[in-house]
Amino acid sequence: MEYALRVALALNCTINHHNIFARKNYFYPDLPKGYQISQYELPLGVNGWLDVELESGETKRIGIRRVHMEEDTGKLTHQDDGTSLVDYNRAGVPLLEIVTEPDIRSGEEARAYAMKVRQILRYLGVNSGDMEKGVLRVEPNISIRPVGTAKFGTRTELKNLNSFRVLADGTAFEIARQTAVLQSGGTVIQETRGWHEGRRETFSQRTKEEAEDYRYFPEPDLPPLHLDDAFVEQVRASLPELPDTKIARYMAEYELSEYDARVLAEERLVGEWFDTAVSKANAAGTTPKSVANWMINELFRLMNEAKLNIDAIQVTPTALVELIGLVEKQTINNNTAKEVLAEMFATGTAPAQIVESKGLAQISDNTAIQAIIDQVLADNPEQVSRYLEGQDKLRGFFVGQVMRQTKGKANPALVNQLLDAALNA
Amino acid sequence: MDISKLSLVELRAMLRRGEISSVAATEAMLDRIVDVDNDLQSYLTLTDELALEQAQAADTRLANGDSTPLLGVPVAVKDIICTEGVPTTAGSKILEGFVPPYDAFVVQKLKAAGAVILGKTNTDEFAMGSSTENSAYVTTRNPWDHERVPGGSSGGSAAAVAAGLAYAALGTDTGGSVRQPASFCGIAGLRPTYGRISRWGVIAFASTLDQVGTFGRTVADTTALFQAIAGHDPNDSTSLNVPVPNFEAALTGDIKGLRVGVPKEYFIEGIDAEVETAVRRAIAKLEELGAEIVEISLPHTSYALPVYYLIAPAEASANLARYDGIRFGPRVTGSDMIDSVKKTRALFGPEVKRRIMLGTYALSAGYYDEYYGRALKVRTLLKQDFLNAFEKVDVIATPTSPTTAFKIGENVDDPLAMYLQDIFTLSVNLSASCGLSVPCGFDSKGLPIGLQLIGNALQEATILNAAYAYEQFASWHKQLPVHGKL
Repeated sequence: MEYALRVALALNCTINHHNIFARKNYFYPDLPKGYQISQYELPLGVNGWLDVELESGETKRIGIRRVHMEEDTGKLTHQDDGTSLVDYNRAGVPLLEIVTEPDIRSGEEARAYAMKVRQILRYLGVNSGDMEKGVLRVEPNISIRPVGTAKFGTRTELKNLNSFRVLADGTAFEIARQTAVLQSGGTVIQETRGWHEGRRETFSQRTKEEAEDYRYFPEPDLPPLHLDDAFVEQVRASLPELPDTKIARYMAEYELSEYDARVLAEERLVGEWFDTAVSKANAAGTTPKSVANWMINELFRLMNEAKLNIDAIQVTPTALVELIGLVEKQTINNNTAKEVLAEMFATGTAPAQIVESKGLAQISDNTAIQAIIDQVLADNPEQVSRYLEGQDKLRGFFVGQVMRQTKGKANPALVNQLLDAALNA
Repeated sequence: MDISKLSLVELRAMLRRGEISSVAATEAMLDRIVDVDNDLQSYLTLTDELALEQAQAADTRLANGDSTPLLGVPVAVKDIICTEGVPTTAGSKILEGFVPPYDAFVVQKLKAAGAVILGKTNTDEFAMGSSTENSAYVTTRNPWDHERVPGGSSGGSAAAVAAGLAYAALGTDTGGSVRQPASFCGIAGLRPTYGRISRWGVIAFASTLDQVGTFGRTVADTTALFQAIAGHDPNDSTSLNVPVPNFEAALTGDIKGLRVGVPKEYFIEGIDAEVETAVRRAIAKLEELGAEIVEISLPHTSYALPVYYLIAPAEASANLARYDGIRFGPRVTGSDMIDSVKKTRALFGPEVKRRIMLGTYALSAGYYDEYYGRALKVRTLLKQDFLNAFEKVDVIATPTSPTTAFKIGENVDDPLAMYLQDIFTLSVNLSASCGLSVPCGFDSKGLPIGLQLIGNALQEATILNAAYAYEQFASWHKQLPVHGKL
């Protein structure tokens, strides 16, 4: 119930404090008891909403009609030979059902909505959101109506959609199928349909010929559950900062682009990693924006290559901020810092220690760099003459030579400044 | 000394003093079961080997001075309560051969208390009945007159205790199924407050009314068994998480100043005159013992029966939906799955089928408000009757049953006459009070009569002490059925 309450609150629902569980009676082999415990008249949460970002870039508000608890049923697997298998392992496990208002208009909207719900469920620590394992199931109810009419058409329900892509494709297919049926003068039958991946089309699974009488009555084995205000407020206070709030904060306070803010807020753990790093950025002499850039451009690349999530890496937020601080203080340059980060990622060693033990500290000593430049110019008289004759491109050659001599540690700005002085002397 | 005539409390004291062994007591019970139970038919399953093992283990512990509450005491368990590794049928063919993989909470408690479990006793199918005639296996006979029923549904447990085939026994009481057979068999039977005892592992009939109860030949014996099984169980959401008082210590026999209410609605036309006389005489004795007698009214009493026969069947219709031959008990194979389920469910007896149909109807669309929904509302009024009464009195005294034990076959063709057996007991279940039956005399046929004492929620100690005081004074419990009548 506490998890359910978290979700209902995160979806902006009005909370019913008085919760009654009901028995829903029906005969089907997926129910070992012959009835399902559910919430019927008074769902935990009602009248909520969720803002969903569509591919077009616009934000759409999807109404949440109800959020209620019930128990999961067994999993039926229909085999090609006409037999069916029942897996009761998940039967009786608490299940949360979230029902939207009829606000979704396309397969892509359905997918965007479902992904946003999954993101929130993960943020709340309620569900892993793994559709292939069936711990998150999305069952779109689809109907068609002529533009401008208020009454909804007969709906079909799609079940057993095991990915967000199939959710989008199945919904799109069903919209097209129903449109074709209606345009050819046919009628849509109310039924449950499945998705055939090979044929990439929906097919009829179960037709409800008449409305079933579920004979709902109050569940006699579960007394009414009253959630008092203190409990609801305690759960509300324990909710983590949710993605939309986080993104807005990143953009407003840290001046991140919307894209960067979204990337960092996509998963709760990444956002929290970033927040921790930011909290130490000022002391290390760097900025949230730099931290964001380093995470998105460098750290995520290393994580992708190693196929590691942020909770599995050896680099700590403190270490990354220290590394960026070394760059800001010009102890090392950018390219060196990338090498150091790779080393940190591989071994977990602190950046200062890597710089120290490998002698990577940037040379910012005028005299030392001047000496190397003098040496490079003396060793390459031919290139110096060609440069002086107008082959400006050779300037890069001299910089390269200086960097090679210093193993890349020379402060690039200083090299440029001193080289120009020497060549133009 | 006839070991089988000892009370539980006497036996327990002798076991602790080493004057008798648990093995000897257990063997005495088993021997007597062999002698008597072919006629009486109180047990469906005997667990004699297991019982002797438990008795031997108890004797070892007793020898070491172990004083676990029921250590070494042989008891019986109604066959609607799950016992690990021991068949549990609920008196139904549909559970024939079902062997539970776990013990009900109350059986766990019994074992923890050191009790020796002799076997499983007969019951009306799924506890639906008042005579054990609805058992799919046997009809138990009344130890006082073998032509007559022992009452029900827990008739097997009541008969076994009355006949000296167990020192105490567990029953269940959904509408009177402990108190009415206790009354018919001349023993004490307690139906505790709903939630006082866990229902986990008790095969469900009507979930808001079911409660495990206890039988003993004396009030003290009944109390000792109750003490051992009461308590909170997190596996049952309706189990009350409240302290369990020391009920045995509460049996002081002092009822001076106890306010005893006598509801006028319970002395109605149709009540057997000898029953009324005996009950009124018992109430007079309570007054002699220092109680104050107050006439009270429970105005909604006449609605208890219709309310009960809407609510209990409605809950049963859902609770019994799981018996489809797929997971428990026998399966009758048909042409396809639905056909198999239909044929398997034909194994239910007629009374169970009747109640499933009644309940399904009462819950169906278009009838819910008129039947089930209205029954819930009237149930609230009935509860209010009792709450109002318990502002004025501590205990309510009534007959347990309008008659004494009836003849086998007398009511089988008349369900309504059978339902009327529970007219005085149903309200306790509907109102979440607690109640007990204690012997208060015999009719001219020599059949026991029961006095029902009803207490407010969680006031078991009050009614047990009142019954104990009366019992000490009246001593009906000292009369035992004569084996020769069987």
